[in-house]
Amino acid sequence: MPSSTPGFAMLDARAMVKRRLGLRLWLSGGWLVVLVVAATFAPWLAPHNPLEQDLFTSRLPPFWMAGAEPGYWLGTDSLGRDVLSRIMYGARIALVVALIAGTATALIGATLGLIAGYFRGWADLVISRLVDIWMAFPPVLFAILLIAVMGPGLVSVIVAIIVIDWTRFARVVRAEAMAQGAMDYVASAQVAGQKRLGTMLTEILPNVLPTIVVLLTLEMGIAVIVEAILSFVNLSISTDFPTWGGMIAEGRTSVHQAWWVLVFPLATLFLTVLSFSQLGEGLKDRFDPVLR
Amino acid sequence: MSAFLSIRNLSLVLKGGPRLLRSVSLDVEAGEVRGLVGESGAGKSMIGKAVLGILPRSVEVVEGEIWLDEVDLLKLRPSERRRKIGATAALIPQDPLTALNPSRRVGPQVTDRLVDILGWKRADAQARALELLAEVHIPDPARVMRSYPHELSGGMRQRVLIASAFAAEPKLIVADEPTTALDVTVQKQILHLIARMQARHGTALLFVTHDLGVVSKVCGSLAVLYGGLVVEQSPVRDFFRQPAHAYSRALLAATPKYTDPMAGLNPVPEAVITAVQAEVAQADASWRNGGWRHD
Ligand SMILES: Nc1ncnc2c1ncn2[C@@H]1O[C@H](COP(=O)(O)OP(=O)(O)OP(=O)(O)O)[C@@H](O)[C@H]1O
Ligand SMILES: [Mg+2]
Repeated sequence: MPSSTPGFAMLDARAMVKRRLGLRLWLSGGWLVVLVVAATFAPWLAPHNPLEQDLFTSRLPPFWMAGAEPGYWLGTDSLGRDVLSRIMYGARIALVVALIAGTATALIGATLGLIAGYFRGWADLVISRLVDIWMAFPPVLFAILLIAVMGPGLVSVIVAIIVIDWTRFARVVRAEAMAQGAMDYVASAQVAGQKRLGTMLTEILPNVLPTIVVLLTLEMGIAVIVEAILSFVNLSISTDFPTWGGMIAEGRTSVHQAWWVLVFPLATLFLTVLSFSQLGEGLKDRFDPVLR
Repeated sequence: MSAFLSIRNLSLVLKGGPRLLRSVSLDVEAGEVRGLVGESGAGKSMIGKAVLGILPRSVEVVEGEIWLDEVDLLKLRPSERRRKIGATAALIPQDPLTALNPSRRVGPQVTDRLVDILGWKRADAQARALELLAEVHIPDPARVMRSYPHELSGGMRQRVLIASAFAAEPKLIVADEPTTALDVTVQKQILHLIARMQARHGTALLFVTHDLGVVSKVCGSLAVLYGGLVVEQSPVRDFFRQPAHAYSRALLAATPKYTDPMAGLNPVPEAVITAVQAEVAQADASWRNGGWRHD
């Protein structure tokens, strides 16, 4: 019997799906782009010097309220510093921490997780034990302890985030790598003479990459929050420099006289963290080759 | 004389557990199609995995030799073994759904072995892959090469896997129930395709299946496995005329006939099972007394 030539029925319907970017990706990506631009070009875009104090213009309300001064769009704080300019400069700190801490955490955690999950054996034993022991420490205490030892500052904040959060990547990536390692295509690659390391990089890694991306954006959001919290309690970069956490701390004391000093940095923080997590999910939906 | 693949006295144990293969000896001559039948859990896949060097971590070889093309695989260092197997053997897996990497396009997955094993250039491998895909009757091979696995149907994927198994012209292919995961109409096409490719390329085939009907169509000889013990090995002609072992006879009687599907459905009788289980126990007892076990 001649085997009949397969027709169009041999194609899966999913081959014909066209995936659009989606509202979620547009909104979260849009906000983050705005933020990145504002932070990068703050010296040119910011209407005022963020450090400039002027008691004659203290506690000016945002532009739509009575008593607003032109040029001070989001008002000023009790020392007369422009809130919008301070948020823009604060974004620099927030984004640098998100980028460096997020990427480093992902790199370290995912690498260890991949090795543990794919190679198993003693490497897994060592890494998994380490993760277990690590997670026995309460993270906030851990962070404060670490900064107490290293002294406050941006580097301390970044190191603290990496040290605390690498286990999240390691655990999730390990589990995924283990699941992928049991698949037939990994056995096929092995039969085809591929080396173990090569198999890990070409077969396993691409399949856990979507998960890593989601975790990474989530981690960037977390890094932004952690930095804000630590500058709120004055353990981050020196208070001379505008940070969202520092602004929130200062705004809190005068919330009844000038709510905008608290609310605008808080809203920015909230939007940014939300955008990071939504960006991850959106990217995964858009670029994961397998429709799930 | 020695066969192209010669498994001798191979015993596998589940670490800290029972034997999964019980001193299995099995030969596959060059260019031959050898069936491997037995019920689920008999250890058919384990034999294939042992030959291809992909045993699960929890399974251990405790004795035996696996001679592939005049070399005992079990005596090689892992890197040498991988190279030897890669250059000599290939796998057609059971489930085309999980046998292709979902994150990579089909093309590179077919050309990988040409590049990795034979050291071809990507471009040459690409051209060869197109030929192969056409040979397994894939329409518009160029487009399929650019697709992701999930964009192809099960039958199409299995064709891709067959093409990629034959790509580096291996001397031996292990086909582990290559049609079980497909629907009946596609099964027939795939079976014919494998048989035709095997004949054209002169590849030896170790064909794992639990379907005696399939064995009668594609295999030259077969081995029957029960509980990790080979109970019978015969040429297919002799087997279907007169099975030597009582369990084989019962298995044959339990296989539905194409002429009268309902007539053949006799379950394997209790007495036969008891007898063959006794044989397995006997094998274990003499094995232990032989003192081969080194744990
Ligand atoms: N990954 C594994 N780890 C440990 N034991 C396993 C593993 N896979 C299978 N086994 C055990 O090994 C024995 C033989 O399994 P094998 O897969 O070779 O059976 P099979 O004859 O191929 O059956 P089937 O027709 O269901 O595929 C079974 O008892 C099974 O439980
Ligand atoms: Mg099996």
